[in-house]
Amino acid sequence: MNFRRIMKYPGVSRTLSVLTTLFGISVFVFLVLRVIPGDSITGAFGIETGALSPQQIAELRVYYGIDQSLFMQYISWMQSFLSGKFGFAYSTGVSVATLTKSSLPVTIELAIIGTVLGVILGIAIGMFSAKKPGSTRDFAGQLFGLLALAIPGFVLSTGIVTIMANKFHYFPNGYEYMTPWENPWMNFQQMMFPGLVLGIAVAAPIMRTTRSALLETVDKDFVRTAHGKGVPNNTVQFRHILRNSLIPIVTMTGIQFGYLLGGAVIVEKIFALPGMGRQILDAIMKREYATVQSSIMIFAIMFVLINVATDIIYRKIDPRIKK
Amino acid sequence: MRNKEEKTKGAFHYYLQSTSGIVGAVLVLVMIIVAIFSILGITPYDPVEQHIENILQGPSTHFWFGTDEFGRDVFSRTLEGMRRSLTVSISAVTFAAILGVSFGILAGYVGKWFDQLVTRVSDVFFAFPAILLALAIVASLGNDWYDTALAIGVVYTPIFIRVARGPVLTVKEMDYIKISRVLGFSSFRILRKHIFPNVFAPIVVQIALSLSWAILTESGLSFLGLGTQPPTPSLGLMVAEAQPLAAFAWWTLVFPSLFITIVVVGLNLVGDGLRDALDPARRSS
Repeated sequence: MNFRRIMKYPGVSRTLSVLTTLFGISVFVFLVLRVIPGDSITGAFGIETGALSPQQIAELRVYYGIDQSLFMQYISWMQSFLSGKFGFAYSTGVSVATLTKSSLPVTIELAIIGTVLGVILGIAIGMFSAKKPGSTRDFAGQLFGLLALAIPGFVLSTGIVTIMANKFHYFPNGYEYMTPWENPWMNFQQMMFPGLVLGIAVAAPIMRTTRSALLETVDKDFVRTAHGKGVPNNTVQFRHILRNSLIPIVTMTGIQFGYLLGGAVIVEKIFALPGMGRQILDAIMKREYATVQSSIMIFAIMFVLINVATDIIYRKIDPRIKK
Repeated sequence: MRNKEEKTKGAFHYYLQSTSGIVGAVLVLVMIIVAIFSILGITPYDPVEQHIENILQGPSTHFWFGTDEFGRDVFSRTLEGMRRSLTVSISAVTFAAILGVSFGILAGYVGKWFDQLVTRVSDVFFAFPAILLALAIVASLGNDWYDTALAIGVVYTPIFIRVARGPVLTVKEMDYIKISRVLGFSSFRILRKHIFPNVFAPIVVQIALSLSWAILTESGLSFLGLGTQPPTPSLGLMVAEAQPLAAFAWWTLVFPSLFITIVVVGLNLVGDGLRDALDPARRSS
């Protein structure tokens, strides 16, 4: 009875469902990574593991806490995660929180640059295409959309690196990574190409969504009315047509922003950026349970929060959507 | 009401009317034929055989796509790579489609707690970027082709659950289903004869699109070194190996990249064509 009333408060049921999803994710991530063959002792000591006596190995197992039951291991990981340390890397003893503090901003910056470029490029090409459906320019726009969708990010990145390094002897990512606060110009150079690669990947679905949403809106009565009463064409294009096509575009942007976090894994590796993607990849190679688990968990939390944000944003854009 | 035979004939007829559908089908078919050549062993050279005397040769009549740093024939390796990509992707999508569609239809039809459970679990999967989830699964399973296929399959299952569940929810409440129930038809018969046909069209489209994503994910994983291991060729791995060579041996990078792009473009066009052909509302345009 009371429970029902509590559920009716705005945001309560949404928060609960986000929390259950996150709980499910944590269990899933935990289980998947526990199946990894070769445990973290081998990961930390490499070939020297063979030199350890069975007793030493047993002691190490106690030290790392992997002698305990799965349930207890999950609990202790959660304790560590919720305390804000996110667990420790076995080989170096550095907390995942410390690693993440320097790597997360890199990935977020990359994702923001990618999204901004992708949205601008996608909406522009979508509008360009939708203006005259079936024309040559529409064909060109759609061809761009298709190729941007089909050319893998790692091919595009490899191509850019090759051309830049060999034709122009230019490779900013050969230097140590600089944050925008240390050296904004260097940071811009280092982020420009990876951001562009991600931006092109994001632009493709946004372009397609924009094009079809615009084509749908153009036929509506209010657009004809606006034209009929002599509203300047550009005003109609932006204020009447584009604005009313925004909902699918915003949804698509939200979805894509999430996928950018995944795309970052590949781009960060190629452009040598010390972000979350590379942190996860390195940790997988070294069999660092705690780091992989916590990093993926952080990614998942961001992903879920972005979905919630997208939801809230399109309620703002479209007052018709109430619940 | 048109009978079933006319309907399928109609869809094929409409498919042939879309240019992009035809172009896509041709591209995909060429890639499948190429992969079959590799399965039958009809490649000019053994894909892992090294010709030390012919290191990094440009494309020629002997080596159509040139050779790599070990003197291996890039053409034969590309064909072999395409075969691997297609094997992994087709297995993965088959797995995802069978599992996802079964769970999706059942969840939609049974409803109640079962539906809640299935949607919740698939929400959990949706909370990961696909490649990241595949990465984690591959890291724990291993590098064999079926490990990659399983990882990608698991990642794409929730999409099929969602695609199959939606139409079931709408159709379930319709009168003809209620009447079938009153008439005493078994649930299995209702599912198979009355519900499945409604789910069929969106699933076929989804299969084509998922295949294209699966190929991108597979090549991405092998590019990162988490898929096929050297010396066995795979398209992603070939791109990774070409990275240091591309500046003076463009062919090592261009050809495998081109093949990935062609097959993904093809599958997307097929998906578009199918969507137009199977959706009566879109046919007019």
